[in-house]
Amino acid sequence: MARVFMKGCEAIAEAAVRAGCRFFAGYPITPQNEIPEYFARRMPEVGGTFVQGESEVASINMVYGAASAGTRSMTSSSSPGVALKSEGISYCASARIPMVYANISRGGPGVGSIQPAQMDYFQATKASGNGGFRMRVFAPSTVQEAVDMTYRAFDYADQDRNPVLILADGVIGTMMEPVVLPQMKSDEEVAAIKESKKSWACIGHELDYAHRAWIQPGQWSTAVQQKCNEEAAELYASWEPEVEEYQVEDAEIVITAYGISARISKSVVDMLRKEGIKVGLIRPVTVYPFPYEAYDHIDYSKCKAVLDVEMSIPAQFVEDVAVAVKERCPIETCLCSGGNIMSRDAVIAAVKKINEK
Amino acid sequence: MEKVYARTKTIQDDKVSGFCPGCMHSTVIKLIGEVLEEMHLVDKASCVLGIGCCGLHMDYIAYDNITAPHGRACAVATGIKRSNPDSLVFTYQGDGDFASIGLAESISAANRGENITVIFINNGIYGMTGGQMAPTTLIGMKASTAPKGRIAEEHGYPMHMCEILNQLTAPSYLERTSCNNPQNVMKTKNAIKKAFQNQLDGKGFSMVEIVTSCPTNWGLDPLDALTYIEEKMLPEFPLGVVRDK
Amino acid sequence: MAKVEIRSESCKSCGYCVKFCPKGVLAVGEKVNSKGYEYVVPVNMDACIACCICARMCPDAAIEVYK
Repeated sequence: MARVFMKGCEAIAEAAVRAGCRFFAGYPITPQNEIPEYFARRMPEVGGTFVQGESEVASINMVYGAASAGTRSMTSSSSPGVALKSEGISYCASARIPMVYANISRGGPGVGSIQPAQMDYFQATKASGNGGFRMRVFAPSTVQEAVDMTYRAFDYADQDRNPVLILADGVIGTMMEPVVLPQMKSDEEVAAIKESKKSWACIGHELDYAHRAWIQPGQWSTAVQQKCNEEAAELYASWEPEVEEYQVEDAEIVITAYGISARISKSVVDMLRKEGIKVGLIRPVTVYPFPYEAYDHIDYSKCKAVLDVEMSIPAQFVEDVAVAVKERCPIETCLCSGGNIMSRDAVIAAVKKINEK
Repeated sequence: MEKVYARTKTIQDDKVSGFCPGCMHSTVIKLIGEVLEEMHLVDKASCVLGIGCCGLHMDYIAYDNITAPHGRACAVATGIKRSNPDSLVFTYQGDGDFASIGLAESISAANRGENITVIFINNGIYGMTGGQMAPTTLIGMKASTAPKGRIAEEHGYPMHMCEILNQLTAPSYLERTSCNNPQNVMKTKNAIKKAFQNQLDGKGFSMVEIVTSCPTNWGLDPLDALTYIEEKMLPEFPLGVVRDK
Repeated sequence: MAKVEIRSESCKSCGYCVKFCPKGVLAVGEKVNSKGYEYVVPVNMDACIACCICARMCPDAAIEVYK
C-alpha cells in the first residue's frame, strides 16, 4: 500500500471521507482548523456536504440532523469548542444517532492555550454532555492510528447507533507523518449504508403511525425513558476495551499513558531497557471503555510503582488508573500542562527516581 | 352524505393533543397536516420540532419528526435538508426557541438561504416552562419573569422576526399571519402552502410567523385571548407579506 | 342537509367553533368528557350550511363536517 505524507488533521478528514462520511459541519478553532478546511475542499469531490456552521453548537446540531437523515456525518473541534458541542452530543446519544466527532484537544480550562494538551480526559470519558451517556473513545498515539480509528469509528457508530469520539491532541492533529490510507468506499457502498438506515431516518415515510421515523432525544413516559436508559447501559457494557501492553510481564516500573504521552513513554521504555531498567507500558487505546483488566497483568510482587504520564495538571487519567491498580502498588505521576508537550527527559527522570528508591 | 371536512390523517387518529384549551399550536399543526396531504408531501415530510410546547406534537402527528435542542431547529433542519434534498424539511418553533436561544441558528440559516421552511409560533411568551418573558413579549405584558410587565428600559422591545430577517438578502418568503379568526386561519394555511411550494421550487428560506395565543399563560379565557390578539398583538405584529421573491 | 360530528373526547371547550359559527348551530354542552371539559354539542343542526368554519377554527381537530 502506498504511503502518503499527511498532517494529522487532514489524514483524519481523508479517513472519514474514505469511510463514507458525506456530511461535515464544523467551526474554526485552533488546533483543528485543517479538518474543516480539508472537508471544504474534499466534500465537493465526492458529492458530500461541508457546512461551516455559525458556531460549534450549530455545527453539532447540523450533524445531528444529517446523521438523523441516515448520512454518515462528522464534526470536529478542540477543547472549549467540544464543550459547546456537548449539548448536541448528548442529544445524539439520547436519540441513538450514529455520528463521529474528533477532539483535537488543547490546553484548558477555559480558553486555555492553543497548544497540545490532554486536559479533556474527564470530559471525554465521564461527561461529554448531560445525562450520563457513554461513547467509545479512541485515543490515537500516531497519525496512522488516528486514520485507522476514524475509519473504524463510523462502523462502530452505525453498529451501536451511538456517537464515537476520536480523542486526539494538538500534536497528533498538527504533525505530519507517513500514513497508509484505508480503502475508499465506493459510491455504491456509501449509498447502501445510507439505505440501510432508511427505516429510522427522518426523511419522510408513508403515512403510518407505527413506522414513521421518530427521532427522540427524550421521552414523555418515565417508564419508557428508564427502558431506553437500561438498553443504553446494556450497550455500553457490551463494549470491549482495546489496550496495548508493552513489556509489562517482568516490569519493575510500569508507565501508563494514552495518546501522544504514551508514544513518548514508549520510546522511554526502549531507551531505559537498554540501560537495564525493567520498564513497561500500558497504553489504553480506548479510554472508554477503560482497559482495567490490563493492569492485572502487572507482576505486583516486582512492581515498584505505576507511573502515570499525562499532559494534564491536575492529573485526570490517573483516576481510572487508580481504580485499575487497586492499591496493589504506589502510583506516581509525571505531568505537564499549559500547552507544553511531555518531555522524554522528564519521563526518564521520573522513572529513574522511582528506580532509585 | 359526503364528508366535506375531514380530520387530517397526519394527526394520529386515537390521540388528543396535549395542548391547553384554545391553544393554537394544535390549530397550526392541523393546518400543516392538511397542507401536506393536499400537496401529497406527507411521505417526504421531515418535521424538526423545537423544544417546549412544540414538543407536544411529537407523539400527536403521524409523520417523521425529530426534536431539536432548544433553539437549534434551523441547524438540525440544515443537516437533514443538505444531506437529503428530496425531503420536505420544516422547523416548527416557538418564539423563545426561534428568536431567543436559537437566534444565531435562525438568522444564520436564513442568511445562508437554506432551502427549508420555518413555521414560527409567536405567542409572546414561554409556554411549557410557565409563562416567562419571551423576546416577543409586548411592552407592559406580564410574565412570570417580568412580574410588573415588560419594561422597555429594562427588557428592550418586542422583536419582529419577519422584519429582522427582511434585512437579509437570501430569504425568499417571509409572511406574518394569525389564527384568531376563520379568515386568518385560511391565510395561514395558504402561507404554509406557499412556503412549502417555495422549498419544492428550490427558492430557499421561507418563514411563516404565526401570531397565536397562549390563554393559559396570558391568564385569559380562550375567547378573551382572541380579543387580546386583535387588540394588542396585531398592532405590534402587523400581518402581511414582508418578503416574497 | 348538513351536519357536524364532534369527537367529544377531543373537545376542550375553548368555544371557538361556537363563536364563529354563523348559524348558531353549536353550543357548549352540559356534559363533561373524561378530561373534564364540557364538550360542544350541536343544538340547531338543521341550520348547518356545512361552511366548515367550526372545523377550521377547532384547534383539536375534533370536528368533521358532512353535506
